[in-house]
Amino acid sequence: MNQSIDLDAPALAAPARRSRAFALPLIVFALFALLPLAAVLGPQSFILALVTRIMILALAAMSLDLLIGYGAMISFGHAAFVGIGAYSVAILSSHGINDGFVQLGTALLVSFVFALVTGAISLRTKGVYFIMITLAFGQMLFFLATSLAAYGGDDGLSLSSRSLLFGSKILKNDTVLYYVCFGLLLGAYLLLRSVVASRFGRVLRGIRENPVRMEAIGFAPYRYQLTAYVIAGMIAAVSGCLLANQAEFVSPAYATWQRSGDLIFVIVLGGIGSLHGAIIGAAVFSLLAELLSHYTEHWALIFGPILILVVLFARGGIGGLLGSKP
Amino acid sequence: MSVAPLQLKNLCKSYGALRVTDDVSLEIAAGELHAIIGPNGAGKTTLIHQISGLAAPNSGSIIFHGEDVTRLPMNARARLGLVRSFQITSILPRFSALENVALAVQAQHGSSFSFFGNAAAEADLNDIAMGLLQRFGLGTRALVPAGQMSHGEKRQLEIAIALAAKPKLLLLDEPLAGTSHDESQRLINTLQELRRELPIVLIEHDMDAVFALADRVSVLVYGRIIASGPPQSVRDNPEVRAAYLGDEVV
Repeated sequence: MNQSIDLDAPALAAPARRSRAFALPLIVFALFALLPLAAVLGPQSFILALVTRIMILALAAMSLDLLIGYGAMISFGHAAFVGIGAYSVAILSSHGINDGFVQLGTALLVSFVFALVTGAISLRTKGVYFIMITLAFGQMLFFLATSLAAYGGDDGLSLSSRSLLFGSKILKNDTVLYYVCFGLLLGAYLLLRSVVASRFGRVLRGIRENPVRMEAIGFAPYRYQLTAYVIAGMIAAVSGCLLANQAEFVSPAYATWQRSGDLIFVIVLGGIGSLHGAIIGAAVFSLLAELLSHYTEHWALIFGPILILVVLFARGGIGGLLGSKP
Repeated sequence: MSVAPLQLKNLCKSYGALRVTDDVSLEIAAGELHAIIGPNGAGKTTLIHQISGLAAPNSGSIIFHGEDVTRLPMNARARLGLVRSFQITSILPRFSALENVALAVQAQHGSSFSFFGNAAAEADLNDIAMGLLQRFGLGTRALVPAGQMSHGEKRQLEIAIALAAKPKLLLLDEPLAGTSHDESQRLINTLQELRRELPIVLIEHDMDAVFALADRVSVLVYGRIIASGPPQSVRDNPEVRAAYLGDEVV
């Protein structure tokens, strides 16, 4: 009798747990959706710009969470893909090609190729070597960007105009750009949610738990990890396209290893392996940086202890503290 | 005339100067349970590693159902039906028992490059997995995270996972390791059933189990097979008694 209760208890608890797991992302996206309405009451353009950047950062961090949180691939070069997206927009724009879809298509294609090639090489290594080799590829791209004298080199490059959508300059409107970012973040979230629950995602999570076991039942980890690496890189490139549009400026700084470190910081802060943790982490990270920078220019100094506290006392990150773990 | 499903031909493997596998040739016949015994450090697990693809031999070949699999990676051999278990329990600790087995079923059913739909809710995978769990007495434990199961349950689960991978031949590396008397009795019963379904290569330290289960026994000492044959003849072999069994067998 007791044993049958064993079976029922988790089964009964599951729906309640699942609804709680859905509640947090639902609240987060509802807040983003409604924020422009509330922003009218404050310094509107400042708030819109800040939250747009939060969503752009969240998009890049969420894609990295697929690698770190679900695939146990600690990539330290993820900002390179953001750089690819940003430079795809800026370089094409400097040649007078402002069509958003052409720019996005280019960013996706270049990031696809870069992820496939660098991933194929990086994934031959494990652990610390994987971290170092992804860092090295990231830095290669950074130095390539600094050497592009025709496109501003170290100084970066200003956009002549934001991307055109169907020939229209609609993205010039900050609220429109905001909702484009919101739509893409929501789309990426739903896509990744589906990916991690799918057959593919289950194999990826299995490899995270025990790669030898997965091989012993017939899965070749490499193919699945490389596929995840490419998906994550392409999503980060989309985030780069948005970043270029938001800032109307690109620079090699977007692709530095410090930015890759920030992305890792963001997902650890928000909660690794939950997807929406990346969004919460991005919001806390950006708001904290904004707030602290009013008091001291050494605000980064305060970030260190915060990260240590989160790692020591809140393994699930802030998302975990808020009581959601899918 | 049927060819033996698994043939090992002159397998050799060295780690530096240490010969861990020394010219091992063996044929596993259809339907037989072949036990490999030997003292600690004789190279039993290394031999299983080579057969399953986790380690590569320096020379020699491994023929599985007529195909040379010597250079195939472990995952490719598993897909051909050459499936192993591990001496040190190897499961997915955060996955439920059901998902551990369902993943092995998934490996055999259609593509895993599918990015939509909830894999955990796929009834055809779960039904097969549940059937296997029930068969191994784990039906009521299906939703328990595998990492929280008892050691004996994990050993049963490990065999259930291996069977879900649709083996044509099973390599079992000390399935009884670390189990209590009751647990090992239960596992021996499980193996008694399994041996009727498919050929098994069994590495085991528990001599009672070996002599109760095996059709043939090979004795590995310092990487060499010094005797091979029916349990009784191996038990009576003076060389074997000297090298390994000692006083243990009366």
